[in-house]
Amino acid sequence: MSRNGTPLLDIRDLEVHYGGIAAVKGISFTVEAGETVALIGANGAGKTTTLKALARLLPAKGTLRYDGTDLTTLPPHALVQRGFSLVPEGRGVFARMSVTENLQMGAYGRKSERKDAIEQDIERMFELLPRLKEREHQLAGTLSGGEQQMLAIARALMGRPRLLLLDEPSMGLAPLMVQKIFEVIRDVAAQGVAVLLVEQNASLALATASRAYVMESGRITLADTSANLLADPRVQSAYLGEVG
Amino acid sequence: MQEHQKKIAGLALIGIALAALPFVIGMSFGNAWIRMLDFALLYIMLALGLNIVVGFAGLLDLGYIAFYAVGAYIYALLASPHFGIHWPLWAILPLGAVVAGLFGVLLGAPTLRLRGDYLAIVTLGFGEIIRIFLNNLNAPVNITNGPKGIAGIDPLAKSIDIFGYQLHSLYLVYYLFVALAILIVIVTMRLENSRLGRAWVAIREDEIAAKACGINTRNVKLLAFALGASFGGVAGGLFSGFQQFVSPESFGLFESIMVLCMVVLGGMGNIPGVILGAVVLTVLPELFRHWAGPMQMALFGQTYIDPESMRLLLFGIALILVMRFRPMGLLPSARRKAELVEHA
Repeated sequence: MSRNGTPLLDIRDLEVHYGGIAAVKGISFTVEAGETVALIGANGAGKTTTLKALARLLPAKGTLRYDGTDLTTLPPHALVQRGFSLVPEGRGVFARMSVTENLQMGAYGRKSERKDAIEQDIERMFELLPRLKEREHQLAGTLSGGEQQMLAIARALMGRPRLLLLDEPSMGLAPLMVQKIFEVIRDVAAQGVAVLLVEQNASLALATASRAYVMESGRITLADTSANLLADPRVQSAYLGEVG
Repeated sequence: MQEHQKKIAGLALIGIALAALPFVIGMSFGNAWIRMLDFALLYIMLALGLNIVVGFAGLLDLGYIAFYAVGAYIYALLASPHFGIHWPLWAILPLGAVVAGLFGVLLGAPTLRLRGDYLAIVTLGFGEIIRIFLNNLNAPVNITNGPKGIAGIDPLAKSIDIFGYQLHSLYLVYYLFVALAILIVIVTMRLENSRLGRAWVAIREDEIAAKACGINTRNVKLLAFALGASFGGVAGGLFSGFQQFVSPESFGLFESIMVLCMVVLGGMGNIPGVILGAVVLTVLPELFRHWAGPMQMALFGQTYIDPESMRLLLFGIALILVMRFRPMGLLPSARRKAELVEHA
């Protein structure tokens, strides 16, 4: 909304350390409201660490602003109520809860709302993801990997986010399922939710995001529009598997 | 409507059965068995309390008996000649629940990041610390009377005369325990289906995802410790008034393990299962104590194995058999059952 005002997510000089080892060495990036931004890079580049730090699951240094507030002052559970939702790496569905119960957990922060508003949102999720509707009473642990990923995204959407952080949504999924998941992500983005997408699958990420940052061993080495990055020979050879 | 009436009829039947039970048992087997019945009810309360921590929230606690000890000593100190204080039961029980709950938070706060084996070790240590404190707090100021314990504690109830018929205090204690056990069952059932109950399951399943859903995992875990501990505190107070004597040796590691066995053997997380576990593990060893000696005499003409040591042996065998053939407990919870089927 405020392309000329302050961005929804404004990260400056983010540093994250595991013990004495620096995993993220001072990176800066922004996500505007309603925009889809990708963070791509190889294994161990620090992408997941970055997301975890943003979601307050890891201690971090730097200026982290979301929607005008300092993220470092908020505990992790307070983020959802402010429209900041994380879909953790490896999906993290509640295996022994049914699909519907998982979705209800996603609305945990909306305690003041009436029950039917939440019911309606669950129905909306089932419209967006008919596969989940078929399995609504099934335990989440019995779903396929792709269905679990869909459920994890739907559960995050139940918090009515303005910013959705996705950690490797394509990980370990069959190619056809990956296509499906990315369709869903594009649907979500089309509804005006800002998305920060962390991905190893660079071509898909760049096809989905409007801008992207390339991370290499804890630093951002490239930042540009997806179109420019797709055309960049350095990106092509390193991340798109094209022989230059 | 039909369904509703059936439910009421069922509850009425259970009520009548619970009311008549001590008379049936007392008249057929004697007062010693009513005493055991009272103990079974105490263990039901304890096991339901531990079930909140272990069964619902999935936090393995090996020092649970410490909260029982806290409740027991609070009653002992406030209703005995030790300090010459004689507070009424209804003032002490809530206090015992609150203080035990605070001890629960005291244990929970430093262990928030721990899970599984690590948490088990720390809680085990905590349980021992409390017991050792009770054992040694007789100097320089005598608070707990050390290993000698506190005797002469005010009884929970005295025998009364009803139209010339003397009703033994064991019966009155039974009704008190039944009432409190029912209260605890209702509270636990409500908790299980509450927002908080869901949050506990979520934490048990995946803590990071629970945080990502907006659950304040710290507070929710502390609440599990505090609520579980407060049930233990109530049961402890009742134990103290029932026995009229407390000493640190009643609150050792073996007691903690016993209560944990009740929860696991009955069916972790499932309220009827936990109740069954508590009853089975209270009644069976007692039955055994009474029959093992005479039975050996009748069969072989002499006692080969001392019933007391055989009791532990059979207890171990029973645990192994249950875990082999019903790994999710005698009455498993639907959710836990799903876990095992899923991994099968």
